[in-house]
Amino acid sequence: MKQNIIGALCALAVMGGASAQSPKKPVAKPSTKAAAAPAAEEKDAATLEFEKFRAEMEESNPAELFEMKGQEQWKAKRGPKNVSLAESCDLGQGVGKVEGAYVKMPRYFADADAVMDAERRIVWCMVEKQGFKFDDIAKQPFANETFTPDITNLVTYVATHSRNMKIAVPLDDPKVRDAYEVGKEIAAYRAGPYDFSCNTCHGTDGKRIRMQNLPNLSTPAGAIKGVQGWPGYRMTGGVMLTHQWRMGDCFRQQRFPQPKYASDAVAYLLTYMIGTANGQVYKGPGIKR
Amino acid sequence: MTKKMILAVAMAAPLMIALPAAADGDHRAKAIAVIKKDFQPRGQAGLDRLAEDGVQAICNRTGNKPPDYIEKAMTADQLATVKYPADGKLLGDWKEGEKIAQSGRGFTWTDNPGLPVGGNCYNCHKIAPKETSFGTIGPSLYQFGKLRGNTAETQKYAYSKIWNAKAFNLCSEMPRFGHAGALNEKQVKDLVALLLDPESPVNK
Ligand code: HEC
Ligand code: HEC
Repeated sequence: MKQNIIGALCALAVMGGASAQSPKKPVAKPSTKAAAAPAAEEKDAATLEFEKFRAEMEESNPAELFEMKGQEQWKAKRGPKNVSLAESCDLGQGVGKVEGAYVKMPRYFADADAVMDAERRIVWCMVEKQGFKFDDIAKQPFANETFTPDITNLVTYVATHSRNMKIAVPLDDPKVRDAYEVGKEIAAYRAGPYDFSCNTCHGTDGKRIRMQNLPNLSTPAGAIKGVQGWPGYRMTGGVMLTHQWRMGDCFRQQRFPQPKYASDAVAYLLTYMIGTANGQVYKGPGIKR
Repeated sequence: MTKKMILAVAMAAPLMIALPAAADGDHRAKAIAVIKKDFQPRGQAGLDRLAEDGVQAICNRTGNKPPDYIEKAMTADQLATVKYPADGKLLGDWKEGEKIAQSGRGFTWTDNPGLPVGGNCYNCHKIAPKETSFGTIGPSLYQFGKLRGNTAETQKYAYSKIWNAKAFNLCSEMPRFGHAGALNEKQVKDLVALLLDPESPVNK
């Protein structure tokens, strides 16, 4: 069967130039757009429960707890080299400067010769400046019910210092622009047992999985929804989770294998997504369903 | 894995020449290289899942809009993969079909590969009216049987569509449930019943 497809295709491809001009033959396709259900207005129990939870939480803002821990860890001398990130780590705004750094990443860092999102950059500093081992950090990079890694606190701390600032990923830097374009292709790449890509679920306006609204990541209005509130305190499980975690969990839903922690693939995807949200205001770490 | 990859590559070359460049080939090539190096296997999700099969390769290279002649040839090939029950009976038990349609489990790295895989149908479709938590990636299937008629022809169409959605629409967002080994003949029959049986709540 497979041979069949290939044979036919290669043959077709060769005569492609001519066939492409041939009159359009109708292909039996059910009309999809017309039949699509309108976005339902009614909210399910889980949504209502979440909204209540968020209203309660916004008063106490659980992210603050992690931010405070992150601030301590940013300033403390730590790791085998016994230096602080405050005195060694450049997030793109100068050594130790956190103000506005989060909304200007991903960016290109010449010392690492890589495009890095905030989490990746902080990990790089922990390894290069403080002497931590990457593999130790990557072993358990995200929080669960009983454990929150330092990196999550640090990202939350840094993100807090971009609250109410405009997202400004430096897309005029050719290296960042290239990462953006590659990230866009990663988002469109269909594979796996279900033929899914990010765009299957996040490529059109107004779609839902069950009752969960799916932001259309290809538009500024949708992309900001995918950026807003991350890192976020998640009602499910009551844990603080980062944007890198969200990328990984969507690859899981996509039935893909797991993206490596703090890798190019994730950094490029984030460059595409956050870059698409450029110009819009980031409201800081938030609360997520 | 390697066979699949070789096939994808073998096809990609002539196609890139024959097709108008729908997407940026250079960035796509980089994206594929990055994907190949930056994933690790976890649970049942092995690295073989990153390789494109023929359909995926064409859809990825044409922005999901293959030219008609490719659409025609390849949908026909996909239709030929559909396995029908030996006894020719396509209508199963709608009650079982409803359970399968509800379940979204299976194939992720956190799923136990020993357990049955769900149909995920409500993730994307409105189906029976009682279930108000439904997705909208696909069209509403409410009253599918009433609108299309519970004929031998519609049964065959529904069965084939669920088995291999790409047999009718090459770059459909809907998975190929039978083809992917997610659902077996009996499960697909039960889903056909959910959509077409006059007794099913879908058609009440
Ligand atoms: C099978 C469908 C599916 C696929 C494929 C998928 N996602 Fe998601 N995505 C979801 C669902 C469901 C949610 C949860 C929405 C919610 O919590 O309200 C979500 C949430 C998100 C969010 C957070 C949105 C928010 O409101 O905070 C981002 C960002 C995101 N996805 C990005 C991606 C990226 C990037 C990819 C590709 C790697 C991807 N998704 C692939 C279904 C999918
Ligand atoms: C990821 C989303 C998704 C999932 C999951 C999904 N579908 Fe679909 N389905 C679609 C889309 C999109 C279409 C319309 C485009 C097309 O025909 O391929 C569709 C079309 C159909 C059609 C054809 C409708 C018509 O008017 O001819 C049927 C029948 C159908 N789906 C049944 C199912 C069943 C049964 C399941 C569960 C086993 C299922 N689908 C799961 C997305 C999905």
